[in-house]
Amino acid sequence: MSTNPHLTWNVVHDVSEVLEYHFMVNALLAGSVVAVMAGVLGWLMVLRRETFAGHTLSMMAFPGASGAALIGVGAAWGYFVFCVAGGLAIGRSAQGAKRSRSDQPAGIAAVQAAALGLGFLFVSLYGGVLGDLENLLFGTFLGISNGQVLVLVVLAAASLAVLAALARPLLFASVDADVASARGVPVRALGVVFLVLLGLAVAATSQVTGVLLVFALLVMPAASAQALTARVGLSLALTVAIGLAVVWLGLGIAYFSIYPAGFFVTSTAFAVYVVVRVGVWVKGASRRGQRLSGQPPAGGVIA
Amino acid sequence: MLSQEFMRNALLAGTFVALACGVVGWFVVLRGQVFAGDALSHVAFPGALAAAAAGIDERAGLFAATVAVGAGIGALGRGADSAAGKAGAVPAEDTAIGILFTFILGLGVFFLALFSTSSAGGSGIQAAHTLFGSIFGLGAVQARLAAVIAALATGLMLVIARPLLFASIVPDVAAARGVPVRLLGIGFVALLGVVAAEATQTVGALLLLGLLSAPAAAAHRLTSSPVAGIALAALLAVVAMWGGLALAYAVPSLPPGTAIVGIAVATYCVSTIVE
Repeated sequence: MSTNPHLTWNVVHDVSEVLEYHFMVNALLAGSVVAVMAGVLGWLMVLRRETFAGHTLSMMAFPGASGAALIGVGAAWGYFVFCVAGGLAIGRSAQGAKRSRSDQPAGIAAVQAAALGLGFLFVSLYGGVLGDLENLLFGTFLGISNGQVLVLVVLAAASLAVLAALARPLLFASVDADVASARGVPVRALGVVFLVLLGLAVAATSQVTGVLLVFALLVMPAASAQALTARVGLSLALTVAIGLAVVWLGLGIAYFSIYPAGFFVTSTAFAVYVVVRVGVWVKGASRRGQRLSGQPPAGGVIA
Repeated sequence: MLSQEFMRNALLAGTFVALACGVVGWFVVLRGQVFAGDALSHVAFPGALAAAAAGIDERAGLFAATVAVGAGIGALGRGADSAAGKAGAVPAEDTAIGILFTFILGLGVFFLALFSTSSAGGSGIQAAHTLFGSIFGLGAVQARLAAVIAALATGLMLVIARPLLFASIVPDVAAARGVPVRLLGIGFVALLGVVAAEATQTVGALLLLGLLSAPAAAAHRLTSSPVAGIALAALLAVVAMWGGLALAYAVPSLPPGTAIVGIAVATYCVSTIVE
């Protein structure tokens, strides 16, 4: 870091020191926006069991960036083209595979492998060194401009608005696809729209904060929240809260350390998840223990 | 073409790695564990970086990381059938894998920083080498070692093929018959880790996925017989490897990884049309 920050016991002083720097304020703002957007999208992704598809879509950043560099347009165009194409291709491969569950990940894997292969081809044809590759994967977080924060805010608002408009049918289709399609909900089309939306969101955020961080914020807060409660509203709110806490904590620690923010954010999110799983397990175990030691409930023989 | 030593090395290592990927991949697709294979190929990178940061041979770190995480995924995975959305439910396997490998990639970022601060530069090159592997850059000793490890993995796979097939298709019946279903599951993903680590050396971590999934998925679409399917998956993988190597040799600007995966994915696309 620019000066030589060190942690004191005065938390208020530490926080105000962090907030004195414009780049830290922008990093916190961008991180918060990503945490909210990725939290909500990720909550649906985890519910729909589409983690692999989400991972594959976040990989589209690689051919997107290298392809854009090759033909000399802005990287953003490459991201968008590849993410939309990837979302459509995954949706297409899922269609043919209705009869066997195991075939679906294989189709997604084929999409990802093809995209990565293209990425290597583009890098090779480009001939130069893609210096941004490491940034793209892991993000720097420290050079975020005001303009980028604004782009993120607009993007998050747009994707959350689309999600809100689709919320009821999408939730229905995600929880029980068969019943939903019998009721006339266009399950397949909704699935494709969701994947494309997920891809766009991941693409746009990953050029600011890095693929790894976006994916961590997609999966971990949502999985933690869904392990804690089955209520939709509460679980969504918890996801966003965990995401925000993890980003703030991770960035705060990174400021006082020489190691990258991506590591601290993923580790904090993982720690939250582990604590939640252990807590749920202990609670379940103690409840089972009570049931075993206590009197059998009336009529409990059949159960 | 065969008079070039680098080409002979590439063919030797590539053939056996493709064979292993085809055979293991058939079971991976059958069990719906493609994501696990993908995650393992990413885990190779932090493993190698950790070893580099600690000053140990990267190969050791790479194998240790993939096998350990493979066993972890195998132990963690209760299949995707556990109740969803219920509070306290065991998460779906894909979620668990996503969480685990994101955390490990985060560790990789840490080791990358540790490595570049502890030694003088070179971190990017090291990382790129582990991530991308270059089949045309294999030495004779490396190629032979890769071939032996891949052949051993294939042999081991064929030894456990029968009970594993039983356990994959009807786990309940297999368990009732005394087949150690859970142990087999863990052992299988650990073996997948060995193959992932080995393929990382040759085709590179990111392209391993193509060889593991596409030929096997094509074979599953074309035949439902296990013996024919395994043979076909291995055959398609080896054909993709040979074709890709020859193509990359003929067209210098085409990276071998792209050519190999391109052919593998093309066969998969053809199989979906044929079906």
